[in-house]
Amino acid sequence: MSESARVFVSGNEAVALGVRLARPHVVAAYPITPQTVVVERLSDMVADGSLKTEYLHVESEHSALSACMGASVLGARTFTATSSQGLLYMAECLHYASGGRMPIVMMNANRSLALPWNIYNDQRDSLSLLDSGWLQVYVEDAQEALDMIIQGYAIAENPAVMTPIMVNLDGFVLTHTYELVDVPTAQSVDRFLPPYQTTNKLDLGAPKNMGFTATPADYTEFKYQQHRALLDSARVIEQTDEAYASAFGRSYGGLVQSYQAEDAELILVTLGSVNGTARVVVDGLRAEGRKVGLVRLRFLRPFPARELVALTRHARAVGVLEKNVSMGYEGTVFTHVNSAYSAETSAPHVLNFVAGLGGRDISRQDIISMFDQLASVDPTSERVRFVNLKLQII
Amino acid sequence: MNQPKPQPFTRPTRLDDFPVGTCFSAGHLVETNASWRSATPKIDLERCTGCQLCYLLCPEGVIFKLKDSVGIDYDFCKGCGICARHCKAKAIQMIREGVR
Repeated sequence: MSESARVFVSGNEAVALGVRLARPHVVAAYPITPQTVVVERLSDMVADGSLKTEYLHVESEHSALSACMGASVLGARTFTATSSQGLLYMAECLHYASGGRMPIVMMNANRSLALPWNIYNDQRDSLSLLDSGWLQVYVEDAQEALDMIIQGYAIAENPAVMTPIMVNLDGFVLTHTYELVDVPTAQSVDRFLPPYQTTNKLDLGAPKNMGFTATPADYTEFKYQQHRALLDSARVIEQTDEAYASAFGRSYGGLVQSYQAEDAELILVTLGSVNGTARVVVDGLRAEGRKVGLVRLRFLRPFPARELVALTRHARAVGVLEKNVSMGYEGTVFTHVNSAYSAETSAPHVLNFVAGLGGRDISRQDIISMFDQLASVDPTSERVRFVNLKLQII
Repeated sequence: MNQPKPQPFTRPTRLDDFPVGTCFSAGHLVETNASWRSATPKIDLERCTGCQLCYLLCPEGVIFKLKDSVGIDYDFCKGCGICARHCKAKAIQMIREGVR
């Protein structure tokens, strides 16, 4: 096959196709709704011989990521996938993998957290792990999912980064919906993504001590080193996006992607698949002459503070739409956005729209209402607003 | 003696001096470790038969083979006395530290 193929697949299937093209040595994953199809497709590919990888059957998510870590320190390229409770179950391993500088790629299907038990989409699982030292990207569609699995390895394995990356897809909304996806050829991906090479591995010829202790005398420097690597990854992410664009003709703009934001007075900041709905709303409102726009945060780690401030510098009001709330305060993304503005001499009014918890639909009308609220923002009114709350707020 | 020797440790001063994460050359001894020894094994080479039982039994691996006898690396000997207890030739005596 010399030409890329157009296939009609779900977000989960696009992830599996991306993984196959990246040629991991080891895949270890435990199925969990709504990620299961990724694991099923990968095991199909191993069974039919189209994916040559060591597929490890593990008994839990904790073991899945642990197995990937064990393989990664041997210099293997590894993949795992999870969601929600599974992500939390592997939480201690997330810090191990990032502290050990293991460039693992993990797909996470964003799903709510229990209790109440709920299998549907929100983003509270991955957002609760922003501090785990992983890069975090939130994709909008299945094509971007496939592309970011491939780019994920290029970014994570870059010697300046050497940090694992979590590729987040909105559960069901993206994992289970079908789209036409362009699948590049294996040869073209091989050219873009050479095999993983590192001296940072277990090697009988050059024995190393792996996973050692650091005392108070040195621990801070290791954490600072990680911090710098995540900051420096911003440049690598942008370069990788450009290299991917020249190889495959698709660019996502690096850390952020904006839509009609240049002259917008009211801007909605989004994360993940809801950006598609929001773009349709912006088109409609623009047709009515309203100056509205979007800034989609593709990456939350590293956090694109500079890019966000630059893209919203003409805006009068900015809304942060997130499927998340840090109970007792506000949305975590909202906190990050406000932190970015705190370094500026002037800042727009910022509202927090908490929506889509536990899979509640975010409609076009909901987003129109958000722009209306931004248009009439009153600095004295409540900044954190639950969208479609079915209660009378006293 | 083919034991690793303590090497001077140069504290990293630049970020590039740090290993990338927790991955660094193994087998670096940076200091000796015998400070809690309260009794020191002394080998009477006249009595030593060179049977090497103490070499086999030393839990710290600090007894090393010489041509016809054995020697002790006092930088790492903890003074447990297992060598003296098991020496069939009664060639090892435990001397209390500070008594001499």
